[in-house]
Amino acid sequence: MKVRVDVDACVGAGQCVLAAPDVFDQRDEDGMVVLLVEDPPAELEAATEHAALLCPALAIVVER
Amino acid sequence: MTETATDLRSDLASFPTARDPECPFDPPAEYADLREQEGTPSLACPVGVNARVVSRYADVRAALADPNLSSHAAPSTHVVPGGLLDRPVAPGSLLNMDGAGHARLRRLLTPEFTVKRIQALRPYVQGLVDDHLDALLEHGGPVDLVEHFALPIPSLVICELLGVDYGDRDRFQEQTAVLIGTNSDPAALEQANLEVVGFMTQLVLTKLAAPGDDLLGRLIVRAGENGQELSVEELVTLGITLLIAGHETTANMIGLSTLALLRQPDQLAALRADPGLAGTAVDEMLRYLSIVQFGVLRQATGDVTVGDETIKAGEWLVAALSAGNRDESVFPDPDRIDLRRGATAHLAFGYGIHQCLGQQLARVELQEVFVRLHQRIPTLRLAVPFEDVEFKNDALVYGVRALPVTWDEEDNR
Repeated sequence: MKVRVDVDACVGAGQCVLAAPDVFDQRDEDGMVVLLVEDPPAELEAATEHAALLCPALAIVVER
Repeated sequence: MTETATDLRSDLASFPTARDPECPFDPPAEYADLREQEGTPSLACPVGVNARVVSRYADVRAALADPNLSSHAAPSTHVVPGGLLDRPVAPGSLLNMDGAGHARLRRLLTPEFTVKRIQALRPYVQGLVDDHLDALLEHGGPVDLVEHFALPIPSLVICELLGVDYGDRDRFQEQTAVLIGTNSDPAALEQANLEVVGFMTQLVLTKLAAPGDDLLGRLIVRAGENGQELSVEELVTLGITLLIAGHETTANMIGLSTLALLRQPDQLAALRADPGLAGTAVDEMLRYLSIVQFGVLRQATGDVTVGDETIKAGEWLVAALSAGNRDESVFPDPDRIDLRRGATAHLAFGYGIHQCLGQQLARVELQEVFVRLHQRIPTLRLAVPFEDVEFKNDALVYGVRALPVTWDEEDNR
């Protein structure tokens, strides 16, 4: 799995951090998304996909 | 039931329509028909325009994520008779802004509401909830849970966060009720608005002179450091938005969800037995109750495709959040409370760039309330017949006006 985030689109709702805290974080200075792992291991794939589904700004793209 | 001046008719020539008084936790039954019929009908709204009403989950998400659906009219303006839809957007009015202007303000505010920042507030919220439970038990039942628990907790939290003196709460709590009423007369609205603006202007001027370590103070400093100084007008509007959104929504969720859970003893027992359920329980109650009850208004700035339909430039659109949250293609058996459902992708916080900025704070407050209230007062029950509870059918944010509760003597220990 490959993950990309669009920081320009991000609105900092924090949904991805709640859903997959090992994959996503938020910058202290503006709350925007930080991708911690570009290539999440198998055990984090479901949570990563759920985070992408939750994102209100469609800022997370997951490629298989 | 309360009569409403908005004349919410039951035929679906108009939107919104009235709830069935027998089912105060459910959206009007007609919304299920809306979801099932083809297309997105154009319905008359009380404000005096027709709007395309979007009711299916996927369509609500698609509409709210579309940059060609503008938010310049306030979120629920369609339910306000005689409201003004085309006035210019006040500077700092986050909920009415689009695009780059919105992103600029949202990014200045978001650091205050990140998952990390809000988790750090959890012990403070826990202490506040415990203090109020102590006071409730000391007071003894029957007592109004709204006045003594549901309203003060979120009000205290947002006051602490913003740097507002809680002693001043009378200057915004009553006015808020007027401002979000769909039934308030124009003179009262104007007066409430003047009072809240006056109150917030005073506060903003104080913070500008000496920015303290609170949200408004940090916002002023952060904007200055980024070379994006905010005007007094912007700060006042932002402050009012946060103050109102911060206490009114969560307060209504606490009151209404407590009542709904008291009516579902099996679910309540499950929550009491397993506090680890609080996270999914809160999201399920948010979905089930959808307290932003009339949905949100948008206007197409270009032709937009929603589902199989085209919304033409200039057309108004209402995204019916409560209807989308009961869409059985996404939430099986949608009219049932299932605290284990894991319904985190609900629409109660909206969707798109305006999705609730304070949602993490709301979650933490509600989680702590859900767990602690029912653990400390396991025999909590309604102190009046259910039929006597009054619901806010005439407010942008749904809830109960009062919730008289009582409990067994043994819980006082």
